[in-house]
Amino acid sequence: MASQIEERGYAHPEGLIATEWVAAHLNDSQVRVVESNEDPLLYPSGHIPGAVQVDWTHDLNDPLRRDYLNRAGFEALMSRIGVTPEMLIVFYGDKNNWWATYAFWVFQLFGHSNAKIMDGGRAKWEKESRELTREVPSFATTQYTAPERDDRVIRAFREQVLKHLEKQGQLVDVRSPAEYSGEKLHMPEYPQEGALRGGHIPGAKSVPWARAINPDDGTFKSAEELRQIYEGEQGLNPQAETIAYCRIGERSSHTWFVLKYLLGFSDVRNYDGSWTEWGNSVGLPIER
Amino acid sequence: MTDIPEKLADVIADMGSITDRNERAELLIETADRFDSVRVPSDVATKPYAEANRAPACESEAFVWAVDQPDGTLKYYFDVLNPQGLSAMAMCVILDETLSGQPLEQVAEVKSDIVFPLFGKDISMGKGAGLMGIVTLVQHEAKKRLG
Repeated sequence: MASQIEERGYAHPEGLIATEWVAAHLNDSQVRVVESNEDPLLYPSGHIPGAVQVDWTHDLNDPLRRDYLNRAGFEALMSRIGVTPEMLIVFYGDKNNWWATYAFWVFQLFGHSNAKIMDGGRAKWEKESRELTREVPSFATTQYTAPERDDRVIRAFREQVLKHLEKQGQLVDVRSPAEYSGEKLHMPEYPQEGALRGGHIPGAKSVPWARAINPDDGTFKSAEELRQIYEGEQGLNPQAETIAYCRIGERSSHTWFVLKYLLGFSDVRNYDGSWTEWGNSVGLPIER
Repeated sequence: MTDIPEKLADVIADMGSITDRNERAELLIETADRFDSVRVPSDVATKPYAEANRAPACESEAFVWAVDQPDGTLKYYFDVLNPQGLSAMAMCVILDETLSGQPLEQVAEVKSDIVFPLFGKDISMGKGAGLMGIVTLVQHEAKKRLG
């Protein structure tokens, strides 16, 4: 259970929870399980009993501005899914918890720190033949008072990234090698990736996000294995200010989680504008 | 009159008329449940699949094959490597059921943005791009035959 996670040597193992623990706490009134997926059909096709869905398109984004929901929106969301500030939220989802870590990251903008990621996500839960249901739970609405969204600590904006770049700060590009090289935008008949130019932010290290995962069961690799990838191969310094990015900030929230919670990097931010902003912006440098 | 195959036009019209997200999801899940009927047989392709058959931008790792039929049309086959890629599976089933055996000229006219009336306009950018990638590859196979 939790000890297996602790044995992996993470800096903050409390950011993860095992499927066994979740299975044993399905009826715990102080735990809310939240599913967040890349594929919107998965939750209605079956989910962990008692789990609610948080959909990034509908629940986490402002419908008009390119931004996340504001304080009032977050309070309304938490009220709707029956969460109080004291409750533990366990996030899980498909694609190795890609979107679960994104939701987790957005929740941290509002300071809901009593939150964990279910190690292995939906794939591990299914692989263990654990129960799934199509029954959508209904919880009594709550009164949730949230602080204003704090974008200063774990979120990076374009101008901050530019200054960071100018002082040769650490950047991690977590997209695929083809996106990093810029090759993808040049391939014939490829759908528009949302950017005018292909390439990466100058100086960014390329570490595709899914390298942090054990492909057989979707769990996170051990701290030693992760350290080898991020620090050994790429030479990233855990004490240095680090900014991760991808295309719109969702894959990089996964790497943000890995660097901050599993490896204990002291200052990691997620640049959610990512390549769809950087690759389209006038006057910003890129590298191929 | 429509310049895309009638079966596809009918499905688009039916799905496009659905305004309830849950109802749309249920229909698409039922569609995805038929995926085994369109899965590529071993006499057409075996793993590891050629990259040329990979649908661009599809995070669920969808692959597309087109087999020439005696009447000059194409029979489409698919695979989706992500077992949780339900949307991709539903897209593949819709494409097979509506485009296999249809005139190539019409298949070549199918636009990739059919994913929006099928899956909803509010589908995420990444998911939309992946599903459009599947359509693009199907359309591309028809265009190749037409020269």
